[in-house]
Amino acid sequence: MLPSELKPEHFSGYPPQARKIVTENLAALRLLPLCVLPTLLREAIEYDYKFPAEQRALERELANLRSLTPEQHQQWFAGFEKIQLTAALEKFDWVNSPGQFVEQLSAHLWTTHQQDAYRRAAMEYGDRLQSAAPPEPLPVPRVGISVIGQGVAASTLPLFRKLRAHGAYYTHVNPENGLQQLLDFAAARAQAHPIPYAHWYIDGGQEGTYDPALTSVSYHALQPARNALSGKMQKEIEQPGMGPEQLRSVMAQLRPSDLGLDRISDAVLARFQLKVLTEGSGTQIFSTTFAQWAAREALRRAQPLTMIVRFAPRQRQRPMNELLYGKKEIELDPEGSLVDGDMGAYYNWLNQQRLSGAAESAFIAWFEGHNEAIAIGPAVPRGTVSNAPTDLKQILTWTVS
Amino acid sequence: MVNLANHPFSRKISWTRRDFLRDAAGLTLGSGLLSSRLLAGLPQPGRKVVVVTFGGGARDQETFAPEGQENIPHLMKELIPQSAFFTQVVNRGILGHYVATASLATGAYETFNNFAATPPVNPTVFEYFRKDLKRPASDAWVVAPSNGFNRIGESSHRSYGPGLGAHVILPKHLLTAATSGSQDYAHLLRDNYETPLYAPELSGNEFELQQFAALLKLSMDDFKTHALTLSSPDELSVYIVRRLMKQAAPSLLWITLHDIDIAHAGAFSLYIDGIRRTDRLCAEIWKTIESEPEYAGKTTMFILPDFGRDSDEDSAGNGFQHHRTGDVLSRTTWMMALGPNIRQGVVYDRPLDSTDLVPTIGSVMGFSSALSQGKPIQELL
Repeated sequence: MLPSELKPEHFSGYPPQARKIVTENLAALRLLPLCVLPTLLREAIEYDYKFPAEQRALERELANLRSLTPEQHQQWFAGFEKIQLTAALEKFDWVNSPGQFVEQLSAHLWTTHQQDAYRRAAMEYGDRLQSAAPPEPLPVPRVGISVIGQGVAASTLPLFRKLRAHGAYYTHVNPENGLQQLLDFAAARAQAHPIPYAHWYIDGGQEGTYDPALTSVSYHALQPARNALSGKMQKEIEQPGMGPEQLRSVMAQLRPSDLGLDRISDAVLARFQLKVLTEGSGTQIFSTTFAQWAAREALRRAQPLTMIVRFAPRQRQRPMNELLYGKKEIELDPEGSLVDGDMGAYYNWLNQQRLSGAAESAFIAWFEGHNEAIAIGPAVPRGTVSNAPTDLKQILTWTVS
Repeated sequence: MVNLANHPFSRKISWTRRDFLRDAAGLTLGSGLLSSRLLAGLPQPGRKVVVVTFGGGARDQETFAPEGQENIPHLMKELIPQSAFFTQVVNRGILGHYVATASLATGAYETFNNFAATPPVNPTVFEYFRKDLKRPASDAWVVAPSNGFNRIGESSHRSYGPGLGAHVILPKHLLTAATSGSQDYAHLLRDNYETPLYAPELSGNEFELQQFAALLKLSMDDFKTHALTLSSPDELSVYIVRRLMKQAAPSLLWITLHDIDIAHAGAFSLYIDGIRRTDRLCAEIWKTIESEPEYAGKTTMFILPDFGRDSDEDSAGNGFQHHRTGDVLSRTTWMMALGPNIRQGVVYDRPLDSTDLVPTIGSVMGFSSALSQGKPIQELL
């Protein structure tokens, strides 16, 4: 089927809000090239479970598509129109399985050496959309906080090397009560700006005491879901003919109830956690990967105003000879996790800077329980070092305008 | 398709690598006009070639950039000063490890499903070598990391294919067989880092346990005992490579290292550990070449990644973790060549294609790779 043949009844399998928004925009959707439309439907079919920021972004995009003149439409999609697809892709049920279609499309683009052309067209489209439908101004500048190194007694590792050029590096931070100071700061912002899913606390281990105004996700709390997922994956790979692509499809079709996540009353957050575990590579195994990927996805999708990400020790990767000896106990690797967290903090900052209001946003990373921190913000001099005694509360005051 | 070789960012990567190397390793800049062709002459009988893929992909930030050089001390201090270094090797194919390594081995961009147990469509370098030079099967070997690579030794091409390929050793598979497939060894087999729980069915010209033991003159007990001293699959591969060089001395030996690809699990420290181990293993392979009488003084070694990894700047990816965006950084890699008649300590900036490797090996060893898409690298001939 081609996009021009779409009818409202084709979307009868969509959740209610998704069906509504798609059928209301059917005229604009019918004009899209087949290599584009399923990528948009992949977002739309999840509309009922999306964060408000994502819903608004999708609505802005659809409104923009409705407003394009035929000439503009031709300009916007000229690059995509050159992409050659196969009859098999045209016959695929891309309406009801847009995610699987996009996976097959990706494989087709690589195989036929059209990946670069598609990538170029997608970037041009994204730039045009950004200019035509800019995001709304923020009520308050964003603040990102990363806490790394939990459980490390001492380290000579030079931390925050990738971040230092962008802000002030503090070497004499009083660590006492530091985590609580940061969580109190986030709670105060959540109370002052009570916007759904705007203030997050992600913990790679056991979460500390936090204000319920914060949206919280933790590796520890998800242990039952991780175990359930591991069991399901193990069972699936034992099926005859199971390959990586089939396994990915199976995982993509999992619902929160399959992992016991339906016990979470917030269906949107339950779906978010499901996707972090099923779509994130390594999130099921390493807590540091979980924290970084969950933060990336929360930033990309929910676009929070406040986010605290705390990295905890991950399990140690057992070397081959330990596997051979049959050693089974799980040990932690705090030192390796510090390295992971250091890079994770850098990625958290990069991902925050990809969002609107980047010039006004602030970022702090702290070596938990120790004296080192980095602060980045419009009021912070770049590439500076402060050896003066201070604490996180003071750094927050200096950094966040 | 974007011409990556002329892409400004691709050139920038190349220049940056050159500057890093010139500053850190004191290398000089080479040019095509100063090729070592006059030094080398015609292919020499008895010439051997060892190819090492620096896998599965590492970025400049963690290797050749100033902040990354601490991770590759052996490449920087021992190998690069002895090598001709090419700063810009562009891979225009599919960025999956099996299909990309198969493309390196055929000199043509393969387009099969990376996760399928399928042979390359185009003839491999092993088939060209064996058919043209009438070499026996024992003279071409592949040591590869996981089950997914078990078909890499031999293509499905009707003019080559069955009976003309290389022996393929999958060390972990041998280890599993040697230990009767206990549960923990089964876990080892499933370390395709992109899909860690998947192990495809084996078929093809894979070397079996008993043949392996007889050829390498290694008892299964000794093999198991030694494996217990090794920390990673790549260390096991290099152990087997050493035995193979000592006992069989093949003329064409291809080693695919893969530990770095643990990066897919998202733990940066494990990715760095993988780079440091790979750096050390590359130096160990070269030392073995220099110390084995069958190889010393007559072996050319090529070290190159199959491709890179995603840049931090591309929001479609997640930095070092994957190689999914197809951005310029993930496609632009490097290559070093060491051995007799190769100008040492020279950096070449001109863009190469990753398919140039096979015809270059052909020129070095004296066989034709007629169906390859690449061209011989003149600076090495």
